[in-house]
Amino acid sequence: MQQEVVLALLAKEPSHGYQLRARLQQALGPLGEAMNAGQIYVTLTRLEKAGLVVSERSDGLADRPDRKVYELTAAGQQRVGDWVAEVSWPRPDLAEFHLKLVAAAAARLADPVAIVDAQRRELLRRLRDAQRAAMTEPTRSDAALLLEGIVLRLQADLRWLEACERNWTGRKGGS
Amino acid sequence: MSDTGTTSVLRACGLRKEYGKGEGLVRAVDGVDLEVAPGETLAVMGPSGCGKSTLLHLLGGLDRPSGGEVELAGRRLDQMGEKALARMRRHAVGFVFQAFHLMDELTAVENVELPALLAGSSPRAARRRALSLLEQIGLADRAKFLPSALSGGQRQRVAIARALANEPLVVLADEPTGNLDSEATLEVLRLFESLHEAGQTLVIVTHDTRIAATADRLISMRDGAFVDETRLTGGTTGHLGALAGLES
Repeated sequence: MQQEVVLALLAKEPSHGYQLRARLQQALGPLGEAMNAGQIYVTLTRLEKAGLVVSERSDGLADRPDRKVYELTAAGQQRVGDWVAEVSWPRPDLAEFHLKLVAAAAARLADPVAIVDAQRRELLRRLRDAQRAAMTEPTRSDAALLLEGIVLRLQADLRWLEACERNWTGRKGGS
Repeated sequence: MSDTGTTSVLRACGLRKEYGKGEGLVRAVDGVDLEVAPGETLAVMGPSGCGKSTLLHLLGGLDRPSGGEVELAGRRLDQMGEKALARMRRHAVGFVFQAFHLMDELTAVENVELPALLAGSSPRAARRRALSLLEQIGLADRAKFLPSALSGGQRQRVAIARALANEPLVVLADEPTGNLDSEATLEVLRLFESLHEAGQTLVIVTHDTRIAATADRLISMRDGAFVDETRLTGGTTGHLGALAGLES
């Protein structure tokens, strides 16, 4: 789990680790189910060493990580502010697939259209999974919004594959 | 009906539809072979003009083929007279269209009961069935609303309920989410899913990958012919996290 995410989840109020986990689960829905429960505590320990959070043992049983209440330090607040203001977006990894088609066609390693077909089947399976997850999620929940993002991206990828198919089908016919 | 030995609800063989002549000849459907099993959800995808709507019209008896065979419940639609074909359409097929095609001056329940009335049901039986269908699609409280008072997703759900009025063997849907936003698309997909679970046979032509991905089987169509077929299986959310940038 990215450190800044855990920090930002703490920004609301000082919290136990399990409260942060509950916030994550709420926001991620079915996508949060595969998450390793211990991960958040590992991250919190690192953040504490880095001076971005401090912890205080709350009443009750000692020595259970669950018993600690974590809070942002001033440095932690600063980091969250920077992260929220930062503009970042994952790079779409299209060039590799594009070059695969170009190289496969040039060296006659494989029919580019067959490669496109195989890729499309894989994307459709993913879209099916995302769509099914979205259908069981209550409308307008946080998790539904994330699933919609996945669905829209897969749809965009599928549209690009259509363009790839048109392009390579045309070249085959023309040569 | 089972005496033909077929287990398909819908079957096409060498199906063709041509328009125009000579240089202007268009082969809208060009030699399609197809079998649809009972309870199957089949999606046919392709770009506009690939012939998928024409194909749907041929499968539902809305249009006559130029050649080849089309068989619904073991009966050859291509050899049927007009009267028998109209009867078959009314009783065995439910159509769903992109633009809903609801009657604007009729309420939701009146729209839904109309096919049953046309097929000779008593008004009471037709109304009872229509109300239970509206209940099933979650719009019982909108029964007396005119289509103009419903959202796009609600209108399409009413149109789907209407398609089910005569308990058709197959529902044929032409771009059913073409006019809908993302949320309304989900409403319609959920409804199709519940029909699928209830064993309804569905054939959907679309260029919406969201619908296509929820079908059992997906056929890609280009220039009037089938070019690829995918059977979609699976159903885990295990790798979805990776798609959203979450490490697992």
